[in-house]
Amino acid sequence: MAKDKPGTIEVKSFGTHHVITQPNPLRKMLLRVPESDLDDPVGRAEKALAGLSSEFKEWMTIEADRLSAAHATALREGFNDKTREELFRAAHDIKGDAATFGYPSAAAAAESLCRIIEHAPDLAAVPAQLIAHHINAVQAIVRNRTKLDTAVVAGVLSKQLRGIADEFLTHANRDRPEHLEAILAPSIVPGE
Amino acid sequence: MYRIDFNKLRFLICDDNPHMRRILRTLLHSFGAREVYEAEDGATALEMYTHYVPDIVITDWSMPIFDGLELAQMIRQPESKGNPYAPIIMLTGHSEKRRVTVARDAGVTEFLAKPISAKGLYQRIMNVVANPRPFIKTKTYFGPDRRRNTTNTYIGPERRGSGEVEVLQQPSLLEKARSSI
Repeated sequence: MAKDKPGTIEVKSFGTHHVITQPNPLRKMLLRVPESDLDDPVGRAEKALAGLSSEFKEWMTIEADRLSAAHATALREGFNDKTREELFRAAHDIKGDAATFGYPSAAAAAESLCRIIEHAPDLAAVPAQLIAHHINAVQAIVRNRTKLDTAVVAGVLSKQLRGIADEFLTHANRDRPEHLEAILAPSIVPGE
Repeated sequence: MYRIDFNKLRFLICDDNPHMRRILRTLLHSFGAREVYEAEDGATALEMYTHYVPDIVITDWSMPIFDGLELAQMIRQPESKGNPYAPIIMLTGHSEKRRVTVARDAGVTEFLAKPISAKGLYQRIMNVVANPRPFIKTKTYFGPDRRRNTTNTYIGPERRGSGEVEVLQQPSLLEKARSSI
């Protein structure tokens, strides 16, 4: 538990850099176990996560309401650093959390909203309906998830919103190549 | 075959979202970890880092006061009294190439894009426990070697200069350890 002192640090110097190695302080945390070992920490964690799932609906409702509240504040006060930041943070949290909570389409809609906030040259110039549709989509997906047909509808809705948002952003950033590149670039990080 | 003895690992998790902290805590406890400390912003995390001396830091990027990127930069101070070598796993909703590069250049050890999964988190922890990379110190960088492979064929502008580069071998338990997943 980080109680052992780290081993001797070895430094090799080169012209422009130093390479520093130390004996792996965490090596002792690796246990050699027989092939027959049946312990499955990943499976155990997935079960524990499933055990939490009864709370996910409530959590998502809280996150969606936070997003709506941030949007309402931005409408009331206009877009400034504070309102923009809070709207982005609320959308960004949903983008990151919603798929884990079983709402992948809400995550997709939130991601699309994040892209608008991050890449629109002037947020005040973004059509108000475009932002409102994203907020409403997240709310609708979260509130109506229990209906059998909503998974497909939610997926189509998110995809259409993303298409419209990307079209807007591509046009709005036609003279800003660094943003255009970011908008068009695919995600490079594997989820697992 | 190798497994991680989570029972002996001390974690610090930093995320401003209480739901995500709960998810992380649940996953880590399920893996077998007993010591999991939580912070909801970068400043608190830095204080806890100094106080509890965690073995592994798991941090979100976007947070109030100062964010996960700044936290990584503050931990990676070679002259600091604390441990500048602790593995840092950045868990974030950001997954654009530019962001990954910025995180890497701040000294982040592993990057895990949300949505989180038990398998993804376990693999990142296994990576930092079984296969630590040497640290590199230059005028502008201090952190784990940003090269993920050891070929000397790269000749581009970011190649480190000044003669032969010596690759210091680390105990390679990763492949053996991976077989346990």
